[in-house]
Amino acid sequence: MKPLSERIAQQVKNIPRSGIRDFFELVQGRDDVISLGVGEPDFSAPWHIREAAIFSLEKGQTSYTSNLGLLSLRESIAKYVEGLFGVSYNPKNEILVTVGVSEALDLVCRALLNPGDEVIYHEPCYVSYSPSITMAYGVAVAVQTRVEDEFVLKAADIEAVITDRTRLIMLNFPTNPTGAVEPVEELEKIAALAIKHDLLVVTDEIYCELIYGGSDGMGKAQHTSIASLPGMKERTILLHGFSKAFAMTGFRLGYACAPTELTEAMMKIHQYSMLCAPIMSQNAAIEALENGADQVEMMRRAYARRRNLMLARFAEMEVPCFAPGGAFYMFPDIRKFGLSSKDFALRLLEEESVAVVPGDAFGPAGQGCVRACYATAYEKLEIAMDRIAAFVKRLQK
Amino acid sequence: MTPLLELLCDDARLSTKQMAERLGLSEAAVEGQLSDLLADGIVLGFHAVIDPEKISHQHVAALIEVKLTPERDGGFDRMAQRIAKFDQVTSCYLMSGGYDLAVFVEGHDLREVARFVSEKLSTLEGVVSTATHFQLKVYKQSGFLATERTEPERLSVTP
Repeated sequence: MKPLSERIAQQVKNIPRSGIRDFFELVQGRDDVISLGVGEPDFSAPWHIREAAIFSLEKGQTSYTSNLGLLSLRESIAKYVEGLFGVSYNPKNEILVTVGVSEALDLVCRALLNPGDEVIYHEPCYVSYSPSITMAYGVAVAVQTRVEDEFVLKAADIEAVITDRTRLIMLNFPTNPTGAVEPVEELEKIAALAIKHDLLVVTDEIYCELIYGGSDGMGKAQHTSIASLPGMKERTILLHGFSKAFAMTGFRLGYACAPTELTEAMMKIHQYSMLCAPIMSQNAAIEALENGADQVEMMRRAYARRRNLMLARFAEMEVPCFAPGGAFYMFPDIRKFGLSSKDFALRLLEEESVAVVPGDAFGPAGQGCVRACYATAYEKLEIAMDRIAAFVKRLQK
Repeated sequence: MTPLLELLCDDARLSTKQMAERLGLSEAAVEGQLSDLLADGIVLGFHAVIDPEKISHQHVAALIEVKLTPERDGGFDRMAQRIAKFDQVTSCYLMSGGYDLAVFVEGHDLREVARFVSEKLSTLEGVVSTATHFQLKVYKQSGFLATERTEPERLSVTP
């Protein structure tokens, strides 16, 4: 028999092992570790949302829904997205409810790419972008963002890699892992490029509610979705979901908003692979959108205070770290210690039992930085920062 | 609510340094705001929230519905303030609906609370009637759940 390892499809073989997985295995089973390595809220989903899911089960709502998702949910999504970005989508044929944004991203790639089509995305970024492109037989073309620019994506860097095979530009602001928010001027230039070269754009807005600004960090940074810029709605697929702002990661619920033809194409794949998103999650999501605003703001303010705490501590220990406009990650620059991101993270784990994720797990541009998530209880954050300070002090000697 | 008040409502034990770090302010600014909050009577005090069932200390709590005859000058205020001053009274509110004052009372045992009601409260001139409801079990106290205190687990490293 031919070895099983040789039976794996080539495009799956081509996907490198995740750096995050490696790190997860090191941390796994050690209960002394304070982990700043997570990528999800430490809050449970607000009770009124959990209660809506329970009520949905009590009523016996355990069936399939429309492939697109419950119409009432799509109507709530249309209203919510219009409130967020001022872009209106028809709930009947321009919104598809998916199993998390991850599924939506996969659908976008599979629906739009022919083998060899190129997709431009920015690094450091969420780990699934490049594999999603590869698995759809596309070619992932990374554009690097830099710590010196506070990880703002430069339109000129995108333009430099556009070829006649480019089909799609993939954006994610606020960005996981850097927390960067894209200034609207740069977004306008990217939109102009997309129009000039007739490219589609997919924008992952999963962190868009979690933005921070103002002198005390408690206000909100300016965040614009590219979908809201003139001439862009018709060439943009807007992805969003419930995981981060509503602390509903385990509900696995996201959505794609896009022109009818694209929604229809994504739905074709979704109906045969997923059929529909779970109905209890969909019912919970309606409650989240209709009545969750206060809870989202309460969590945003808690993250804002923790972000302040992290910024103050990094400044105190003289570790350069820009003030991220969104998400719940700090991406401090650790180059001055002369260690790779991985070695820094490994030694911090070994010597001080604090887990952060090496920046290059999110792409080579993350080398020299580490990702520290502040969606963690204050008490733990304070101890973690004390330990990082002790570690950094030793490194400086 | 100001960011400082919001923080205090969440956890009042923090040092000024901790508060300053979380609020993106200097310690001096936090101290200034704190003394203003106290001086202006916006913050009435600080205390721990205790689940009485978890301590051996003998304790009963009751809600007493009090009906009053309002006075020509000042309505219920004088009577309510007089009732609120008793050490046994932990909270006292003027209510809309079927009675006038909701008086929360604590004591070591039933007899102590009963004596307070019969000897102190109901004998006050202007008190028309009282109805005493003893508290049987605490599920939530001042915003804190007394049950379900286990933290749900998260994976330690995720993308």
